[in-house]
Amino acid sequence: MSPETFAPTAAPHAGWVKSTHWIATVSFLLLVFTGAEILMVHPRLYWGEVGNGLTPAWIELPISKNYRHGGWEGKEAFFSGADAPVSEARTFRTFNQNSWGRSLHFLAGWGLVAAGVVYLLAGIVSGHFRRHLIPRGTELHPRALWAEVLGHVRLRVRSATGGPDYGRLQKCAYFGVVFIAFPGAVLTGFAMSPAITAAHPWLLNLWGGYQSARTVHFLLAVALVLFLAVHVVMVVKSGFRCQMRAMTLGRKST
Amino acid sequence: MNKFDPISRRRFLLGGGAALGGLILPGCGKTPLPATYGSLLRMGDNLTYLAHRTLLPGQSLVREYSHKDISSFPAIGAVTPHEPGKRGYSAPYRELQQGGFADWRLAVEGVVDRPGLYSLADLKRFPSRTQITRHTCEEGWTAIAEWTGVPLSRVLLAAGMHRSAVCVCFYTYDSKVVHSLDMLDALHPQTLLAYGMNGRDLMIRHGAPLRLRVENQIGYKSRKYLQRIVVKDVFDDGGKNGVAAMGWAWYTGI
Repeated sequence: MSPETFAPTAAPHAGWVKSTHWIATVSFLLLVFTGAEILMVHPRLYWGEVGNGLTPAWIELPISKNYRHGGWEGKEAFFSGADAPVSEARTFRTFNQNSWGRSLHFLAGWGLVAAGVVYLLAGIVSGHFRRHLIPRGTELHPRALWAEVLGHVRLRVRSATGGPDYGRLQKCAYFGVVFIAFPGAVLTGFAMSPAITAAHPWLLNLWGGYQSARTVHFLLAVALVLFLAVHVVMVVKSGFRCQMRAMTLGRKST
Repeated sequence: MNKFDPISRRRFLLGGGAALGGLILPGCGKTPLPATYGSLLRMGDNLTYLAHRTLLPGQSLVREYSHKDISSFPAIGAVTPHEPGKRGYSAPYRELQQGGFADWRLAVEGVVDRPGLYSLADLKRFPSRTQITRHTCEEGWTAIAEWTGVPLSRVLLAAGMHRSAVCVCFYTYDSKVVHSLDMLDALHPQTLLAYGMNGRDLMIRHGAPLRLRVENQIGYKSRKYLQRIVVKDVFDDGGKNGVAAMGWAWYTGI
């Protein structure tokens, strides 16, 4: 594909876009790293309010020695009846690095939320979202979108412009990340806090319980990691040096 | 192309600084902060603690569930502190357990007018509270159980807690680790000294004869095998025996 008409119309990234982009990047990488550690401690996912080693999991991931460890003894039912809930004692020394894992996760969460709040406010006030990020109706025609998907799959990516305007698929991806995935990850995170949900129980209703929120939190993290992978491929394919200069020190795109 | 930038860097920094100050300053007056031990992670924990204390209403009740929601409940950590050689073994605890806990007493000390020793029968003479709540473990699992006990606030008031009290420290049989709560959580209506679980006496593995329930924090604050409670008028996170010195967050509302 040729650069066509894109380069002449390109605007450079605003300073607040660049700074929040990199704060969010560092925060996100830390969140993924510590999130993986936290998931390794209990690599089971559930729906609803309750899920633990004594209840069936929706999926169980083979990502630590805690996977299907089976170390339980002394089963005792709380009530009479065949399917009464039970108590069992854990005999297995589990993998657990949550002491630093959890605290670093929340510290990075502060970074993401701080950058996110500044970005959202500035994006609304400056008109950046309206002008550059929200796909216009005409850009969402299925046939045109499909043609662009095919182009991307064949890695035919237009050359770097170093800023807006963005392509239609690019807009859809950024829209999903900025307005759906990241806010969803923060709100599912809040839904896992006993103190926050005591004051705001609607957060539990929104997701259908603590474990549902935890599972959605994980699925959104997977979606964001996939986005990151595609994002990096696109940056490389479209012109790595130009894109990096535009998102760091460069003022003008060329 | 010139960009429209409504937020200059200087205005952004000033506004952000003022907002952060507004968040932290109101909390500083009332809330004594735990030590950070020079750790960036503990500083992050404190930021979360201050944000919760500043932004969340004082003592919201956590969600209470119905009897049919009661689930299976893993027992972890020390589960047999009466058995020599096992994790958390305590010879005094073994002696009390062999006597059916008849000689067990809870010491209530510190800045109170009437320090004293409470037997289980003494504690059961207080008006009781029964609540069906979700236990949220830092590992990521959850379980719902019905807890019966005396609200900690009743015992503290009966002991003549001083107005100068700023925190309450908890000492247990199974470990040297000291945990503490600020007065907001210590006097929370759902913070219980629990002697009953799911309609019967607490099992040994779940903390018999008496455990703490702190419903608006993560599970590890709900100490099992209580021995002694000390009300303090200077903030005490347990020092070198506290969780913060061991690398874990002192406040776990999240």
